[in-house]
Amino acid sequence: MPRLLHTNAFRLAALYFALFATSVLALLVFIYLSTANFVETQTEATLDAESRGLAEQYQERGLAGLIEIIQDRSAAGHGDDALYLITDPMLHRLAGNLSQWPRATQIRPGWIRFPVELQRHGASAAEDALGSVFVLPGGYRLLVGRDLSDASAFRSRILQTLAWSALATLALGVAGGLFITRNMLRRVEAVNRTSARIIHGDLSQRVPLSGSGDEFDQLAANLNAMLDQIERLMLGMRQVTDNIAHDLRTPLARLRARLEVTLFEKPDAARYAEALNETIAEADRLLQTFNALLSIAEAEAGSRREAWAIVDLAEIARTVAELYEPVADEKGLALAVETDATLPVRGDRHLLSQALANLLDNALKYTPSGKVTLTARAADDIVRIEVIDTGPGVPADRREAVFDRFVRLEGSRSTPGNGLGLSLVRAVARLHAGACWLEDNAPGLRAVLTVPMVKGESVPRLAESRSAA
Amino acid sequence: MKVLVIEDDREAAAYVVKGLSESGYVVDHAAEGRDGLFMAVSGGYDALIVDRMLPGMDGLALIASLRAAEIRTPVLILSALGAVDDRVKGLRAGGDDYLVKPFAFAELLARLEALLRRGAGGQAVTRLEVGDLEMDLLARTVRRASREVELLPREFRLLEFLMRRAGQVVTRTMLLENVWDYHFDPQTNVIDVHVSRLRQKIDKGFERPLLHTVRGAGYRLAAE
Repeated sequence: MPRLLHTNAFRLAALYFALFATSVLALLVFIYLSTANFVETQTEATLDAESRGLAEQYQERGLAGLIEIIQDRSAAGHGDDALYLITDPMLHRLAGNLSQWPRATQIRPGWIRFPVELQRHGASAAEDALGSVFVLPGGYRLLVGRDLSDASAFRSRILQTLAWSALATLALGVAGGLFITRNMLRRVEAVNRTSARIIHGDLSQRVPLSGSGDEFDQLAANLNAMLDQIERLMLGMRQVTDNIAHDLRTPLARLRARLEVTLFEKPDAARYAEALNETIAEADRLLQTFNALLSIAEAEAGSRREAWAIVDLAEIARTVAELYEPVADEKGLALAVETDATLPVRGDRHLLSQALANLLDNALKYTPSGKVTLTARAADDIVRIEVIDTGPGVPADRREAVFDRFVRLEGSRSTPGNGLGLSLVRAVARLHAGACWLEDNAPGLRAVLTVPMVKGESVPRLAESRSAA
Repeated sequence: MKVLVIEDDREAAAYVVKGLSESGYVVDHAAEGRDGLFMAVSGGYDALIVDRMLPGMDGLALIASLRAAEIRTPVLILSALGAVDDRVKGLRAGGDDYLVKPFAFAELLARLEALLRRGAGGQAVTRLEVGDLEMDLLARTVRRASREVELLPREFRLLEFLMRRAGQVVTRTMLLENVWDYHFDPQTNVIDVHVSRLRQKIDKGFERPLLHTVRGAGYRLAAE
């Protein structure tokens, strides 16, 4: 409970309660004032009408007539609480159910308040009464009054009712506030408990949903979706780490073994030099793998977008093809290049060049004879690049797997490569909001890379490359 | 030639200092940024080799201070940060070349030599000559022993780069960076194929070859 006092939910509930209580009290006071006064106003109106009626009777029938009416109305049973008195100018009683002119307080001209002894249920009680005083021509005075015992009983009953309902409302308010606060706290507490478990290492924990679909459930669902994404990333990372450990450990072990074996042998300068050169070459291959992994990680992280510009993918494709043309030529392969004039895309020239180089490199490496074609064309709002070869292709069930890091097809192990080329191509494609996949060219393979095209912007004419000087 | 190596890693520094001394350079070493800056300002060096991450004063800040003091000594930056924008930042700070760690010593040596030679030249040339090989930069023609050599535009740029550094070792990475502006290593050694094509065009049919392969380093264009 002390914790409860320090929560936002409690503060909110308390504030809400204060506002609620104030308005309830204001409402009740208004009800009390208007009902309580209503009875008095009503009484006054009745008295006023009655005394005017009696005054008219006086004018029509004279004093004797009036006295007769008063005596008649004063008779018991006519009205329990009606009071009448008529006196001569010297205040001597002529008729009425009051024995003498009361000691009265004037509340305003023509209206008085006075005490009266009433016989009720066999007992006499002092009550407050309200009276209207009318001075008739000739100095005669007429007092018409009502005892206010009913009115005050009504007033106190109202007061009591209102007090009880105020108490009940406030009690319900407090209970409701506490209930809501605790309910909210319980759900926040559920999120906290889950977070704490996750912090302690159990990433499989999820925030429980109440099933109501309210804001708390939405928050919990979002948190859970975020946790799912984190878990997926962590799993991917673990896989990559395992692969790296495997693929870097193997050459490192080979490198170490070679050095050790050399040490076992008889000291021989020429043999040592050879072993050292082999070791350096092995270290260079390791570094290459390492650099490739870093490039992929960088492309996947999607950082460094400040270096992005509008680049011409057609020009990039032509330049990369030109780089590889002699390689194809030397291998006896035909390399055909077909591109649109300009294909503006927003991106990183270096990464896009490297992705295309990897695709061409693969095609040239794995095609024993025939032709490799590079096409770059606009299709709707997309630049579609295809690298088509006449090589052995990739079996349909392996066309996705080869995009994973370090995955190489059986039979390609003898060819130099680290199994990272296509991983980088896909990472670069995704970084540029594009895609990359493999298709059957029957015979051969078709690698497709798509990148969204930039519309309505021209490619700034860049120098083809940095000055050689 | 006097070179200052500013590098905090003792082993890496020893490697560079030993290699350069054996290649005939006079080498000084500073292990800390502020010492390095002080030595660079007062020492009269022909070139500086600066590690990017240094205690005391960051490598790029050091270069920026040198340039602000109008000291134009060529600077080769060494860094473990290899992304393209790291390179751009290094060159913007006033570095003249950028080499990513780890590197082959031959690469460092070739780049250092290129920097030292560049400091010597300066005026715009319109003709390059190596032995009986001539290049006219305005007409964009190449002749060897008065016989015209037909080159594709990229081959022309490749040859121009080699001719401007005649006698020096030029590495494959230097060619890839300067002739193609690529900062990644293609898996197949495409540069070798381009160079052997160029060699076909300029050396075939001549008794003395001009374009030499330097084992474990790269290429050298020279009339020997």
